[in-house]
Amino acid sequence: MSGYTEELKRLIEKVEQTRPRRLEQIKRGEHYPQLTMEQREEWLKKYHPDYKDEGRRKISVGPNAGQTFPGEVAALLESESRLNPDEVDLSKADCSVDVLIIGGGGAGTAAALTASEMGASVILATKLRHGDSNTVMAEGGIQCADQECDSPYFHYLDVIGGGHFTNSPELVSALTNDAPLVVSWLEELGMMFDKLPDGRMKVRHGGGTSRKRMHSAGDMTGAEIMRVMRDEVRNRTERIRVLEFSPAVELLTGKDGSVAGALLYNLETKEYYIVRAKSVIIATGGFGRLHIQGFPTTNHYGATLDGVVMAYRAGASLRDLDSTQYHPTGAVFPEQNVGLLVTEKVRGLGAQLLNMDGEEFCFPLEPRDVESACIIRECLEVGKGIVTPTGRIGVWLDSPLIDLIHGEGTVRRELPAKYTQFKRYNIDISKEPMLVYPTLHYQNGGIKIDQWCETDVRGLFAAGETTGGVHGRNRLMGNSLLDVLVFGKRAGKSAVEYAKGVEESPEPTLGHVKRFHQELKEAGIESPQKGPVLLPDYTPEHVKERQWLQAGL
Amino acid sequence: MATKPKQLATGDRTIPPPDAKMIPIYIMGKEYMVPETITIMKAIEYAGYKYIRGCGCRGGICGACATFYRFIGDYRLRTGLACQTVVEPDMIIVQLPFFPANRPSYTLDNIEGDLHAELRRLYPEVFKCVGCGTCTRTCPMDIDVMDYVALMKRGDLKGAALKSFDCVMCGLCASRCPAQISQFTAAMFVRRLYGKYILPKAEHLKKRVEEVKSGRYERMLEELRDKSVEELKKLYTEREREPDLSEPGKWLPDDKEHL
Repeated sequence: MSGYTEELKRLIEKVEQTRPRRLEQIKRGEHYPQLTMEQREEWLKKYHPDYKDEGRRKISVGPNAGQTFPGEVAALLESESRLNPDEVDLSKADCSVDVLIIGGGGAGTAAALTASEMGASVILATKLRHGDSNTVMAEGGIQCADQECDSPYFHYLDVIGGGHFTNSPELVSALTNDAPLVVSWLEELGMMFDKLPDGRMKVRHGGGTSRKRMHSAGDMTGAEIMRVMRDEVRNRTERIRVLEFSPAVELLTGKDGSVAGALLYNLETKEYYIVRAKSVIIATGGFGRLHIQGFPTTNHYGATLDGVVMAYRAGASLRDLDSTQYHPTGAVFPEQNVGLLVTEKVRGLGAQLLNMDGEEFCFPLEPRDVESACIIRECLEVGKGIVTPTGRIGVWLDSPLIDLIHGEGTVRRELPAKYTQFKRYNIDISKEPMLVYPTLHYQNGGIKIDQWCETDVRGLFAAGETTGGVHGRNRLMGNSLLDVLVFGKRAGKSAVEYAKGVEESPEPTLGHVKRFHQELKEAGIESPQKGPVLLPDYTPEHVKERQWLQAGL
Repeated sequence: MATKPKQLATGDRTIPPPDAKMIPIYIMGKEYMVPETITIMKAIEYAGYKYIRGCGCRGGICGACATFYRFIGDYRLRTGLACQTVVEPDMIIVQLPFFPANRPSYTLDNIEGDLHAELRRLYPEVFKCVGCGTCTRTCPMDIDVMDYVALMKRGDLKGAALKSFDCVMCGLCASRCPAQISQFTAAMFVRRLYGKYILPKAEHLKKRVEEVKSGRYERMLEELRDKSVEELKKLYTEREREPDLSEPGKWLPDDKEHL
């Protein structure tokens, strides 16, 4: 029994009809022509969401006024507070702490552990559960130059080359220099790295690496890192207080503009809490759940740009936030696999991309951004995409070719996780193709920081996917887990050192929000959206139509 | 035949086609009609709920969406992750977004000597497992929970660590245990013991950490920071690539100056 519907099965027949011919071509060493450099540029401009003018606009307020961002991001950068700052009584703080960390994923948790080791009192406030983050979803691994043939020098070259030389040199330097330190730290915390019998780390290549330096823990490296760090936080309750389901909705600042804490919001009781802090770390992660231009995402439920929105109002400038990593092949069928990443390895092994006629329309191993543009073009411009029963569109990824090229059993041996993930829904990817479409994967840019995670706002630090500069405009696999750990730990250290120099946290105000609202008004922005949004809205239209009493909320 | 679709499902919101088959499900006992083929999580959203708890990565790895369900007319209690389980007609569904677990505090660095004795001290209830196997039948990750508990009792901590590795810590096992064991927190403790005290340490990493701490790479990195993009491009394109099949720790590049 196949997991595909009758209609999709009829379309698969077309794929099967053309497969023998395509296999012959592959055996003859022929492949679909690659785009020329000129075509690449043209197609990227026309179809890649990063290059298209459509759906992007200039913003007119804040430190990055005049720069262009995707519409969803622009709307939030120009959003107004969820609160009327004149109505908030800040005279009584609910608690006072050395370091407040906003965000409970990899970066926030690494920061909390580091800050607590230095003797600081810490509050870690997080929107969902502690550990709910993109960190847990990182499967591939973590890069670290610890082998004899490798060094931070070569790691640096790989990172900056992969980022098209747009990265911040001081951040790349910190990332690669500290990698052995954080991997060793994780080993000491009892993380189960994949190792050879003598203790040597098992390492692999990743896209764009010159040395094998991808370290892993099965195919759930991020989840293992997260659960180990979270477990350690639970051993340190005397220093680290974790507040779950309590996102920050606004920073607090002193009269001089330096940070003074944050306003937290209890998602369940809808109460606000005033937390005064000598220093604050923003570690709220990425923006995949904004579904830039309607794309599905591989991201966690809470990835909604919150930290950037709050920091921007307080005066922190941003970089590269207009740059988004799309992975060309995310699953669009079955529904429960939507957004699931289908690794590049599938195409590396010979699978081709096909339209509804079962015909090729592009070279399957173009650079990620170009490949994405080709698929989008075929679906939305040429009109030969395949529409799924749940209204999604995609193209075929003809994985059965792999066994025909390399021999029976290759798919199961080389792609065990993907095989199982589809087999669960009665799709055998060694016999039937997958339906794929580009998926929103990573927020390349964000809050501008220096190598010690300082932002433009005094006392405010940031780390992880919420920041920009580490990866430039393109990130390599295995460097995001490294990013959250290196800069999470650096942010923790910096925040404690800063807090030590502060006698008492400044008298908290929402002055920066009032000034920002004034700026919005002067820029003529009428009835702006409220932000941060905290959670994505997946309520279907037929329900919304009946929620008429809430109209306008 | 080329067709430009008019309205497409975007993000995670489901837009069923007009001829989609609708099926009845019972969310906490209340009936809703939802399109077939979608997951429990998306069906609950389709019905109009907005998640605060009970929803996380939406990719089957975070353990936020543990779910119990039964079918009308069937006595069997079933479990799954809401983001990974497809709705079927007549499902009666309730989620378990949180379950209290026993998790004694410990200091990993101070555990010396007998690791098994430490497990016994912190989690005596593990040794009272009655072997009913409900945990194994309950696990949405298909982990043989009862088996790793047996390995813990026996002192095979390596076995227990490896067998429990896929755990997403959703808590379903603990919610059904007649011996009141919190299997998933005990397993977390055992995995950390294994990672720290049983798995051999990586000597090459230790050496590299000393080199980093001595400041060995600061000059090299500074050298790179000062280079122009043109110079970097040249170094980048000329860098040697370690062969895919090289033996670990054996291959060395021609450029040994920057090691």
